[in-house]
Amino acid sequence: MFDVQKIRKDFPILQHEVQGKPLVYVDSAASTQKPQAVIDSISELYSKHYANIHRGVYYLSQKSTALYESSRETVKNFINARDAKEIVFVRGTTEGVNLVASSFLEPLLEVDDEILISEMEHHSNIIPWQLLAERKGAKLRIIPLLENGDLDLAKLPELLTSKTMIVAVTQMSNSLGTINDIATIIEQAHDKDIPVLIDGAQSIAHMPIDVQELDCDFFVFSGHKIYGPSGIGALYAKAEILESMVPYQGGGDMILNVSFEKTEYNEIPYKFEAGTPNISGAIGMAVALDYVSEIGISNIDRYEQDLLSYAVEQFGQIEGLRFIGTAALKGSIISFVLDGIHPHDVGTIMDMEGVSVRTGHHCTQPVMEFYNIPATTRISLAFYNTKAEIDQIAASIKKVKELMG
Amino acid sequence: MSELRELYQEVILDHNKNPRNFKKLDEHSHHANGHNPLCGDKLELFLEVEDDIIKEISFVGSGCAISTSSASLMTQFLKGKSIEDTKQYFEYFHDLVTGKQLSDDELEHLGKLAVFAGVQEFPARVKCASLSWHTLMNALDSTEQTAATE
Repeated sequence: MFDVQKIRKDFPILQHEVQGKPLVYVDSAASTQKPQAVIDSISELYSKHYANIHRGVYYLSQKSTALYESSRETVKNFINARDAKEIVFVRGTTEGVNLVASSFLEPLLEVDDEILISEMEHHSNIIPWQLLAERKGAKLRIIPLLENGDLDLAKLPELLTSKTMIVAVTQMSNSLGTINDIATIIEQAHDKDIPVLIDGAQSIAHMPIDVQELDCDFFVFSGHKIYGPSGIGALYAKAEILESMVPYQGGGDMILNVSFEKTEYNEIPYKFEAGTPNISGAIGMAVALDYVSEIGISNIDRYEQDLLSYAVEQFGQIEGLRFIGTAALKGSIISFVLDGIHPHDVGTIMDMEGVSVRTGHHCTQPVMEFYNIPATTRISLAFYNTKAEIDQIAASIKKVKELMG
Repeated sequence: MSELRELYQEVILDHNKNPRNFKKLDEHSHHANGHNPLCGDKLELFLEVEDDIIKEISFVGSGCAISTSSASLMTQFLKGKSIEDTKQYFEYFHDLVTGKQLSDDELEHLGKLAVFAGVQEFPARVKCASLSWHTLMNALDSTEQTAATE
């Protein structure tokens, strides 16, 4: 039985008030709040077990190393990778995408080659490819959006050409909530031997992920979007692909032998982890993944879908409110605009009612362009939100309309 | 709600719904674009300056209630003012929205613009109120760059 009140007690910040009102936190797509277990794990590491990893022969260093490496194992299990060596710790989704662009694609990319992304991508899955395309004289091609917020996958066969070197798409849109049919995208790309990167920044916290079943070549996500710390994330890549890639950054820990003539690189995944990594971040992220596993990602998914339906029903009754993104398959994200009222005014007034929402373009300016709007107000729900909070949000939207007339 | 009423005063709501001087000026001596990338506010400002006096001033664009009303009230306020005074008003206005203490005399100079004092309670909105003023300073410098408050 999914007990939301019990879950809420795990998150200390949810017990606090904002602007003198109980906090209603509905910006989890930007970053999630942290359960006590995650907070404690970081404090415990620094209080009891901390030293640098992969170096010392002494007890603390070995303890730290063991915790860090078992975190890699936890990530591996969470997304069902074959082997922990397929998991590279990175700063987050953004760094994961940049790493693949630099270390995998850059050496292979030639003039007029194509990189295929979609119109709904977050800027972090646009800019790294755009920068690379500019450097190499390659082209960025785009899977277009449909009015309801789905991708127009009918166009996919013609977009996958003999020049396409990689497909990079999000599994779930951060501004529209759309869940993409990545199975079809991966299948069609693989039919033409084109590798696929899946941006899992949003999907990771909302649905079960099995990278072997998906058969994607790369999968990236951030810890802070799944109840873990910020500044840590993971890149999954198939082992044989990781082996073929050039190092990302140079530094300590990514080498076996160094001389001024030649350096021999460390084995994967260490080859891609130069310098002392975010040790506490990796450990905190693993604790977050364990926390989610304990509740069960399928249970979370079911609860959030129920919450989403309820919210759509409630907000749908508000006159002058228009949903942006109405795909049949959606994660728990609701973007909307109010007739004649700018989202920034909406956000300020809702904040005074204790409701933390995101307003703006959500780092997806092409999506805003597609709908010809400057911004939206976005409510992104997590499994710690409740129907009572949805009622409170609906009331605060009505207050916005009242105040702005 | 009192801070909100303080922020969204009637005059602000009125200028948001019915912005004054909301048009392009075909004949103009100064012009600049302003953009707030974070919220997507965009505005274009036109000035006709003669003998160091602002004869005509207008704007077009889209933005939130604070940025639209600020641009509207600014254009109303500055018509007929000298460039030198305008630069001084910019300083006063900036101090007003960022919560710096203004003397009664300085406040009086700002006249109707004093309604934006409520903005200081909302740090995230200061850039909305000041976008038109930053764009104005760019226009007066006759740079054709886009002013950004980020």
